[in-house]
Amino acid sequence: MQFGIFTVGDVTTDPTTGRTPSESERIKAMVTIAKKAEEVGLDVFATGEHHNPPFVPSSPTTMLGYVAAATSRLLLSTSTTLITTNDPVKIAEDYAMLQHLADGRVDLMMGRGNTGPVYPWFGKDARDGIALAVENYALLRRLWTEDVVDWAGEFRTPLQGFTSTPRPLDGVPPFVWHGSIRSPEIAEQAAYYGDGFFANHIFWPTHHFQRLVGFYRDRFEHHGHGTRDQAIVGLGGQAFIRPSSQDAVREFRPYFDNAPVYGHGPALEDYLRETPLTVGSPQQVIEKTLTFREHFGDYQRQLFLADHAGLPLKTVLEQLDLLGEQVVPVLRREMDALRPAGVPDAPTHASLVLAAQQRTQQDPQQDDAAQLTAAGRAA
Amino acid sequence: MTRRVVVVSAGLGSPSSSRLLGDRLAAAASRALRAQGEQAEVEVVELREHAVDLANQLVTGFPSARLADVLDRVTSADALVAVSPVFNASYSGLFKMFVDALPVGSLDGVPVLLGATGGSARHSLVIEHALRPLFAYLRAATTPTGVFAATEDWASAGELEARVERAGRELAALVPGLAAARARPVAVDPYDVSAFSARFSEPLSA
Repeated sequence: MQFGIFTVGDVTTDPTTGRTPSESERIKAMVTIAKKAEEVGLDVFATGEHHNPPFVPSSPTTMLGYVAAATSRLLLSTSTTLITTNDPVKIAEDYAMLQHLADGRVDLMMGRGNTGPVYPWFGKDARDGIALAVENYALLRRLWTEDVVDWAGEFRTPLQGFTSTPRPLDGVPPFVWHGSIRSPEIAEQAAYYGDGFFANHIFWPTHHFQRLVGFYRDRFEHHGHGTRDQAIVGLGGQAFIRPSSQDAVREFRPYFDNAPVYGHGPALEDYLRETPLTVGSPQQVIEKTLTFREHFGDYQRQLFLADHAGLPLKTVLEQLDLLGEQVVPVLRREMDALRPAGVPDAPTHASLVLAAQQRTQQDPQQDDAAQLTAAGRAA
Repeated sequence: MTRRVVVVSAGLGSPSSSRLLGDRLAAAASRALRAQGEQAEVEVVELREHAVDLANQLVTGFPSARLADVLDRVTSADALVAVSPVFNASYSGLFKMFVDALPVGSLDGVPVLLGATGGSARHSLVIEHALRPLFAYLRAATTPTGVFAATEDWASAGELEARVERAGRELAALVPGLAAARARPVAVDPYDVSAFSARFSEPLSA
């Protein structure tokens, strides 16, 4: 199972000091956080993509390329890549390039974005969100799996004899997750392609997401990629950890009370009760995270939100120490012990390449990466 | 059979005139239901008790467990009595926050008796110009008679009571027919695969 962190990249005033970091500071802090994630033994660093203040990460592959050079083991991902407003041609090129630079340590998570005004900035209509996600992703896959593409669709200019360069590393595209918090059609899309499905369930009660994830698992099986418990599921998580839970609550409360998403609303105690947020000791975070498995079944990727709401870099790095040293090793052990045989790990570049080789040996005539992806999971 | 009549009152005082009006309207509707040979069971929701949960829902995007329970009780009612005080020429903000928390389609075809209270009879048409369009949008089945009670109505015998009785009869009359007609499905099931299966039906291999 993969554990990691995902960042929104918000520039938020620290409510305890009134200090606001500069964009430059925040961007450099994100890199420091990513390097720290590797240092403490986490598997994944994922960055959001935003095109409006107070968020800085508008160019994820620039940042991830830099992080790739500064790390050696960390898997680089996104949370999310805007499949609606980005040109799928540019996504194909950017992430294939990143794959080469990062020696395959790349996957990505598609999302529609939750900021309506972004669409017209990129010449799109927010009402077309789902249709854009469907058409753009279908094209993106073709650009990665077919060397020469002829294509015509509704949302971008046609392509004639187009080759996206560089070609994916080792002929194997990055693994793709699809993130959604409420759209069954996106779960269907993930299931249809045999891709992963990520439910960022941190801001709402768990029961909102159980049907969505269950639906994805059912449809994954329906589309012939394996049994429902072999579907590739990722979940969000949100924790603030201190050795003692009283200290954690006291320190985090002002950040909670002023946080961009839920601040100035419910009491911390209500939110702790009703959502996956944990503020407490390592043991409490472990216990809460283990309930995710009970609610959603054995899953492949757990990402925590750790750097947000104006938390200073020093605090975030301390959080990663606690996560890496005291929380994740226990979760790995517990989740591994509970996981039945036959539930696969999330595909990686290595597993996808291996599956591709096995397929070529079995059937040299066929070289279809769409099937390779499915086979990668079985491997 | 037993019909659940749920009163939603946005009154703030204790006792509030909106609550008093709601109780009277529910009692009149219950009498009329019994006269039709049915049983009635009245529940009251005082929105004042849920003011913080309603505000939190705006911020978080989800109802607390307690508010979710109230929403279920209201949307599963056989008939609603909805009463708001008039604040600055319309229903109160608390009342509207509750309406905004209702899931889309959840009052489709539900019989609703509208009530409002105010300090002066000059607000009487608030039911017609504010409440009724709101409930028309929700596709609720409002009774032809809405009941406005001004301060002076509580002091004069007879007239308010006559309007309350008439409105109660109208609500009771709507209940059996609409209960039969109302299948109360979610308007569109987002999990209905047929809505999008055409986009994901071709075999994957190129």
